[in-house]
Amino acid sequence: MNNVTDNSEVNVPPAVFRARGWSGARILGYTAMGFWIAAAIGLGLFIVDSYSPAFTDRYAMKFLDGFVVTVKLVVISLVIGALLSLPIAGMRMSENRILRAISFGYVYFFRGTPLIAQAFLVYYGAGSFRPFFQDIGLWWFFRDAWYCAIFAFSLNTAAYQAEILRGSIENVAKGQWEACSSLGLPKYITFFRIILPQAMIVALRPYGNEIILMIKGSAIASIITVFDIMGEVRRAYSRSYDFQAYIWAAVMYLIMVETLRRVWDRLEKRLTRHLVRTGS
Amino acid sequence: MEDLFALLAFGDNGWGDQIASGVLLTVSLALASLPFGLIIGFLLALAKKSEEASLRTAANIYTTIFRGLPELLTLFLVYYGGQILVQQAVRFVFPDARFEINSFVAGMIALSFVFASYASEAFLSAFRAIPAGQYEGGSALGLNRLKVMQLVVLPQLIRLALPALGNLWLILLKETALVSVIGLTDTMRQTGIAARVTKEPFFFFSIACLIYLVLALISSIGLNKIEAWTRRGEVRS
Amino acid sequence: MRLIMRIAAVAAITLAAVSTVQAKEWTKVRIGTEGAYPPFNNLESNGDLVGFDIDIANALCEEMKVECVFVTQDWDGIIPGLLADKFDAIIASMSITDERKEKVDFSKKYYNTPPAIAVPKDSKLTEASKEALAGIQFGAQSSTTHSNYAEAYFGDSDLKLYPTPDEYKLDLANGRLDAAIDDVVVLSDWLATDDGACCKILTTLKTDPEINGEGAGIAVRKEDTDLRDKLTEAIATIRANGKYKEINDKYFEFDVYGE
Repeated sequence: MNNVTDNSEVNVPPAVFRARGWSGARILGYTAMGFWIAAAIGLGLFIVDSYSPAFTDRYAMKFLDGFVVTVKLVVISLVIGALLSLPIAGMRMSENRILRAISFGYVYFFRGTPLIAQAFLVYYGAGSFRPFFQDIGLWWFFRDAWYCAIFAFSLNTAAYQAEILRGSIENVAKGQWEACSSLGLPKYITFFRIILPQAMIVALRPYGNEIILMIKGSAIASIITVFDIMGEVRRAYSRSYDFQAYIWAAVMYLIMVETLRRVWDRLEKRLTRHLVRTGS
Repeated sequence: MEDLFALLAFGDNGWGDQIASGVLLTVSLALASLPFGLIIGFLLALAKKSEEASLRTAANIYTTIFRGLPELLTLFLVYYGGQILVQQAVRFVFPDARFEINSFVAGMIALSFVFASYASEAFLSAFRAIPAGQYEGGSALGLNRLKVMQLVVLPQLIRLALPALGNLWLILLKETALVSVIGLTDTMRQTGIAARVTKEPFFFFSIACLIYLVLALISSIGLNKIEAWTRRGEVRS
Repeated sequence: MRLIMRIAAVAAITLAAVSTVQAKEWTKVRIGTEGAYPPFNNLESNGDLVGFDIDIANALCEEMKVECVFVTQDWDGIIPGLLADKFDAIIASMSITDERKEKVDFSKKYYNTPPAIAVPKDSKLTEASKEALAGIQFGAQSSTTHSNYAEAYFGDSDLKLYPTPDEYKLDLANGRLDAAIDDVVVLSDWLATDDGACCKILTTLKTDPEINGEGAGIAVRKEDTDLRDKLTEAIATIRANGKYKEINDKYFEFDVYGE
């Protein structure tokens, strides 16, 4: 009976004992975390130290106003940009050489130049064309910094969104188009019911990135006198020279971006749960 | 129309030389920020794929912060805040010393930090695309970890990460425009001054946009050449 | 190897950014100024700094027997720049206010002029009251006592802040702004030029000592009391020996020193 193996002993591989020693990586990791924690504490102390009822009274409401302005700016620009990006993406993929060239030029310009340059071009440039705009009755639009900002930002995001759209549509397998035409489906049904939904899934991540980029880019509006978060914060700093103004700006932006990123990740996971992920 | 272009002349009458020096600053700022951004980004990617959880978290916190803040804000934080911070730190040790972070260094630091956070993601996805077999093969040959990294992994990494890094370079070039706000005499600022003084904003800001487009074009050509060079060993289909 | 060279490069650049320890003996004074506020301080296109502030600064340095070096700095960052040791004194028409005194110290004033409002020539505005200016686009330079004045007295207007006077002048000329507020001398000087031909002064405003302060002074760091006192002394001296009048008359028809 000595050779009978005990069936209760399941074949369990020997327990892997990973030494919990202090490897170089661990030391580095803990040092780095220590640094972040110290920085956070330092920041907290700084805020508590520079807390003054005067500052908060004066500027808290203004910062919130700035927050609302930022949100409005981003949302409006993104929506207008999305609408604009449809025809532009269409032109980019069209068979007509001229349309392709025009849209290529448009996208190249708005993706190749800094947003701040585009904003200046629109805002200050419009000023020098005032008589022209007055003649065609559009001066009221370009006179206002807010409209100028929306104008510049919408054009900018339209270019990026057009590329995202184009990339994701072209990514959809050719077979889908062929299958649809072999089924006799008209082009617009093919596009809106079959191609676009598949394209959207691929486009989710880049769209999320674009929204975040827009939120960050909106800070540039403050340079053309729009009182968004950055604008209010700079005004507060210019009067009080209190650095905590910038800390609050950082906090507000981080909250916005992080919230959006997590929401978007959830959205993406949910919408792609039917897709098998390979690798990363 | 001719007088407009006359404004671009070099010398005392035109703004050509001021703008040219601005372009020089733009390019040198971008070139100065690039190596730091790449090194820090690479180290961050290593940290992110490490087995040590605390290291991963620390690196992710870095990325979250610098990808979440507007570059303009990062610039102000480094310029105004960094100044205060470093001054306090230096005062601790040398009570009488003066330490000044000039705008160029502030711009460089801010831009490199932001570049690094995006570059780390590019490096990370490149790392993920390299099969474990490469590391195993390297160690089977008796190479230590550092040598494996240097001789086997790095060349492949560069080839994989190059398109993304090239894109980040183009973005870096555009982001240098922000330093005009902290007083650096880059392209944006010089054209801005010219626009203000001559009252021709549309002309000068169009020139600024044109300059950035040309820089992007040159960079794209350069990057394509580099990419072709990294692909020289691949089988042509 | 390359890594070591890169580290060395970093060290070198860091060292280049560090200025050497300075003795407290004032032999050289770095003066921060804006260079965008004619006729007080202006940066010409050939790089020369000119203006009333510059001449006064030179006279004071001559009086104090020190070497003066000028550093231009954007207005928004001029006080942080002083606090960060980029320069030792600010002579840029900076008004002495209690708010600023929390961060820096000031010498006694070297001039005092009231603010004024400029409007386009065809403006329908007739008076400078809160009600009359309600809802209009009002421009000012940021971080100035003038923008504070506008916020305090004309709170119903839509205040727009600009980094330099050139920008609000541009927007006033192209019709984006209905009015702009700044020092009366600065506005008058601009109105006399071609670009300012578009506009006129609506009215000069009454100075509010709380907002406008005691006049323009020289800002120094709080710990540099010796420099502050030397500057105050020098201002009194050039007032007494006629040098001030000489510079004053070069630019203005009246005595800008004020009360």
